[in-house]
Amino acid sequence: MNRPVALELKKVSKYFGSLAANKDVDLTVYRGEILAILGENGCGKTTLMNMIAGIYYPDHGTISVDGEEVVIRSPKDAFEHGIGMIHQHFKLVDIFTAAENVVLGSDNGKKYSIKDVNQEVQEIADKYGFHIDPKKKIYEMSVSEKQTVEILKVLYRGADILILDEPSAVLTPQETDKLFDVLRRMREDGKSILIITHKLHEVLSISDRVAVLRKGEHIATVETAQTSTSELTEMMVGKKVELNIDRPEPKNVCDRLEIKNLNMTNIEGVKVLDNISFTARSGEILGIAGIAGSGQRELLEAIAGLKNLDSGEVIFNRPKKNLPVSFYHKSFAEVVALAEQGKFHYEDGTPVDFTGMSHAKIRELVNGGKILFNEDDVMNLRDKTPLQIRELGVRLSFVPEDRLGMGLVGNMDIVDNMMLRSYRKGHSMFVDRKKPGDLANKIVEELEVATPSTHTPVRRLSGGNVQKVLVGREIAAAPAVLMAAYPVRGLDINSSYTIYDLLTRQKENGVSVIFVGEDLDVLVELCDRILVICGGKITGILDGKTTTKEEIGLLMTKTDITPAENEEKEGDGSEN
Amino acid sequence: MKTNEKRIREPLFHVVKRAQIPFWQAMAIRLGAIVIAFLFSTLLASLLIGRNPIDFISTFFGGAVGTPRKVWNLAKDGAKLLCISLAVTPAFRMKFWNIGAEGQTLIGALAAIAVVFYLGGKIPNAPLLVLMFFAAVIVGAIWGGIPAIFKAKWQTNETLFTLMMNYVAIGLVEFFLKVWVTSGSGVLGELKFGHLPMVGHKYLLLIICAVVIAVLLYIYLNYTKHGYEVSVVGESENTARYVGINVGKVVVRTMILSGALCGIAGFLIVSALDHSVTPETVGGMGFTAIMVSWLAKFNPLTMIVSSLFIIFLQNGASEIADMFRIDSSFPNMVVGIVLFFIIGCEFFINYKLKFRESAKKGDKA
Amino acid sequence: MTTLFTYLFSAIPLGITLLYGSVGEILTEKVGHLNLGIPGIMCVGGAGGALALKLMRDSGLPPFMIVIIAILVSFLCGVLMGAIYSLLTVTLKANQNVTGLAMTTFGVGVMKFIMSKISTITAAPGYLYALGYFRFPFAKSLSALKYFGVMLYLGLIIAIAATYILNKTRVGLHLRAIGENPAAADAVGINVDRYKYMATCIGSGIASLGGLFYIMDYGGSPESYKTIESLGWLAVALVIFAIWKPLMGIVGSVLFGLLYLAGSYVPGLFGISITLAQSELLKLLPYVVTVIVLIVSSISKKRENQPPAALGIPYFREER
Repeated sequence: MNRPVALELKKVSKYFGSLAANKDVDLTVYRGEILAILGENGCGKTTLMNMIAGIYYPDHGTISVDGEEVVIRSPKDAFEHGIGMIHQHFKLVDIFTAAENVVLGSDNGKKYSIKDVNQEVQEIADKYGFHIDPKKKIYEMSVSEKQTVEILKVLYRGADILILDEPSAVLTPQETDKLFDVLRRMREDGKSILIITHKLHEVLSISDRVAVLRKGEHIATVETAQTSTSELTEMMVGKKVELNIDRPEPKNVCDRLEIKNLNMTNIEGVKVLDNISFTARSGEILGIAGIAGSGQRELLEAIAGLKNLDSGEVIFNRPKKNLPVSFYHKSFAEVVALAEQGKFHYEDGTPVDFTGMSHAKIRELVNGGKILFNEDDVMNLRDKTPLQIRELGVRLSFVPEDRLGMGLVGNMDIVDNMMLRSYRKGHSMFVDRKKPGDLANKIVEELEVATPSTHTPVRRLSGGNVQKVLVGREIAAAPAVLMAAYPVRGLDINSSYTIYDLLTRQKENGVSVIFVGEDLDVLVELCDRILVICGGKITGILDGKTTTKEEIGLLMTKTDITPAENEEKEGDGSEN
Repeated sequence: MKTNEKRIREPLFHVVKRAQIPFWQAMAIRLGAIVIAFLFSTLLASLLIGRNPIDFISTFFGGAVGTPRKVWNLAKDGAKLLCISLAVTPAFRMKFWNIGAEGQTLIGALAAIAVVFYLGGKIPNAPLLVLMFFAAVIVGAIWGGIPAIFKAKWQTNETLFTLMMNYVAIGLVEFFLKVWVTSGSGVLGELKFGHLPMVGHKYLLLIICAVVIAVLLYIYLNYTKHGYEVSVVGESENTARYVGINVGKVVVRTMILSGALCGIAGFLIVSALDHSVTPETVGGMGFTAIMVSWLAKFNPLTMIVSSLFIIFLQNGASEIADMFRIDSSFPNMVVGIVLFFIIGCEFFINYKLKFRESAKKGDKA
Repeated sequence: MTTLFTYLFSAIPLGITLLYGSVGEILTEKVGHLNLGIPGIMCVGGAGGALALKLMRDSGLPPFMIVIIAILVSFLCGVLMGAIYSLLTVTLKANQNVTGLAMTTFGVGVMKFIMSKISTITAAPGYLYALGYFRFPFAKSLSALKYFGVMLYLGLIIAIAATYILNKTRVGLHLRAIGENPAAADAVGINVDRYKYMATCIGSGIASLGGLFYIMDYGGSPESYKTIESLGWLAVALVIFAIWKPLMGIVGSVLFGLLYLAGSYVPGLFGISITLAQSELLKLLPYVVTVIVLIVSSISKKRENQPPAALGIPYFREER
């Protein structure tokens, strides 16, 4: 390898608290090459790149550019050394044109003239084969055009080392191909390109070499031509780790939630859910595996009634047959009306007829558990708001990914957060803090939440304790379906096990649990079935007991399923 | 491997958000700021006039609470300010920046006076007062509700909208004064009807009303379902949607409440004190109220203290202005200066400076 | 015909007073700060200029020097107020609405204090001697043309210059970027806080000239300073009407001036009789028109006509 070295990292480490995001990472990048940085979520890829781009400052280690040791404290410093990063979240001014965004913050000493800038931007675009109108406003652009602007921004500043953070995550396959053509042209121009990704086929198609990171450490850098998908997967996921999570056999399994052909398009016009169909069963944990941002969040929010679907159905089955009727969710009048329709029977099987009965008598029969349902309840939750879902008597609990931004109110104390779901109960105009207070005490005690009191704002609790409060509240609602998105993210080992245990207990109680996770070891040991999602599509539904991390890993990164692969997938399914 | 350490040119300190601060410490910082501000204004005044600072301080306190009459005045003005401050509070709890209290109060006062003007003497006093009350409340609610509807539906900027509504209200008062006062002088004078009955002292009823509203609002905001919804919407609209709260509905409902409370304030001002209306009836209190509410951290009970504090400053400074023949605008300056210091000191309560030494350990948890 | 001229020639200088205030406020809002202290700043600017004039009365300086120094002093007073505002809202991250309102309370107080000091009841105010200097070149005119003094042109020049700077220069690009998306500006190495200070201070300086212009030209009487505060609020309204564009501000300022004075001139012009009350309603029009503009622009959702996206939101880098 005689090419000149563009960038060299030596023993770079970065700690967040006691957690090592990166530990003694060595990395060499040559001029005129494309280096893929491969690794699972949370393996420290982005942190490492952020250190090169000046967002973070390394705690230890050195960074050299062109053989000279440099100090990079800010994005500006990075630019001065010819390093530019294209982040996943674009930082663009919406009402500016492409060219205005490109020129923003740079000063080449010449008089500013938008005409010149337009021309300069056009020249760069032409040189590398971008298709873009410099005069177009950002808010009129597609995601791929916005990404192009971000790349142009970096090129305009004369960057020789470009870092792209999961550039294809927001692109269609065609757009990705176009982007890769551009990247190849840049490589020929002598630029060094680092591309963060976890899509193996992309790694194989674009990169010259691959650096694999796992749990913050650099595992190896290999020549792309001399490696294979399976070798890379193995390096990426590592050896199987025994976690010893208890997984009891599912009991009394029945279909609880049937998801049929869900489709959703986000504001930017990207299809985030693509024909998703699956069934969640009571008494089992259904795991959802996938690269972050593959549509997991949208899927759960759609089920919870927070997002509108383009098409599809969310069917909720409530097993009611032979179960007692109650006034709990149905008003008195409703119960009488249902009885008239012949929906109920007595314990001995005779149909219920309320005619001629006094209200007191009916009340006594219902409250005494003597009136039973004839059939199950089946309802479509699509396009229902969270409130309407609750009013239907569907107990759907949801532990969202964004705990303090959505699940809880950070500035409110634990008691007030307990009420979020239940404060509407009763006809009084006042809120009842007695029951939530008891619940708060119970949760604090049972889940061992470390807090000075139940009147401490949840913002002041540590991540694990916040999560216990949230999960505790959602479980306390005695749900029929419990959805949890990344419930152990940022938690220490002990808290994580508490959460696994809680989920398993819910499953044993007959709850249908949907668990979105990122640690494959956990998914494999905790879940009864694992649904793998990739780019908004389901790429496989696996049996938790027989599947392997490698198998999931491959499905997670499988963006375009060719017909041949499809058959293979079905073959896999039958094996399990 | 700390090879980089020596070359880091980190800034001397950087700012980080504080997780929490003990209550007494926060109060100590605020108190300190008030004392410094007070000394600063005293010093400034003595420099401007060339008199002994001690004189100023004694005059100041004498002016604010020196005689029973002055204490009553303090309570009266405090109650007036408190009413309006309470009115803006529900909206602020929701992070709806309603700066239209001036207009909402004034239009309420105008509505009440309109009732007196057209019906005064024609119907007995009691129903007249009831009519005045409802007119003020309804018109105030409309004035507050309009910007809220546009905010809920089209995200129209509420700060700018409510600000403009103030001037529309002032203009309407000018208009009606010209309609009612045929001489064209635009001065209505005291009306004989629609006076609130006197209970004990002539200001007592007003003061009681203000305190009752404060207590009721405290209960509403802290113990009712509506109040709870207001807090959730203010803290996080996402969470509100997650638990099924209709955010637009809460915004409109709360602003109608805010406007209605302003209407009550307007009603109280005209029926208990002014018995007339001018564009200056509210006299900028609608704006001062925003600061009072903010000072009290949007807590209705604390607001009793903060509104008295602001009036205390104003009345004390007024006395100085009288005694030393300074312009009557002197109180404005003092209040402004004290506010600057209090506003500034909040920074040290919410943030802390991390100096280089402590930052080096990298304990970014 | 003469009435039409008088109407127009009175409306324009009144409008220019507002223009100063709104151009200053536009600069501030462009970096994302809603400065409700503008009325107070205009007051302080007017009072500062008047004080300087009074002190220079017997200095024997040539008139043009007196005018220039008064303008500079007034500008500096505004800058000082802007510095207090920026210190509180930019560095100390205080609530912008509360700070702005406190600025206005303070500014009005300071103005009245200074003005009462320099214009005693017995003698004529010590600054009005310079009225003729400011109304140059039409000082001797007996018609409304006399209001077309030096600062009127200065106001127009500033508005045009502000347009040029905002739209055609790098600095303007950076300013606008900060008001729209400070994180994006920060990411490309723009010093967000420095620009915020700069725009707010210069904006306040410009606004304060509005106060001076009013008392030394259109107002031109010992009592005129009392109107500045309400004109200041009208200037804030004009910002919305002008949809944050200084050139639109020129058009809007004339329109606002015409509407403001409509009650006094329209009846005579068109030979219609109008009651005093109706003329009050006409004065409402600027605000009503502003509200309509605000509503229409928020409904139309045209991105270029929206308030700066980060208006009123403090920027704290660590919250990325």
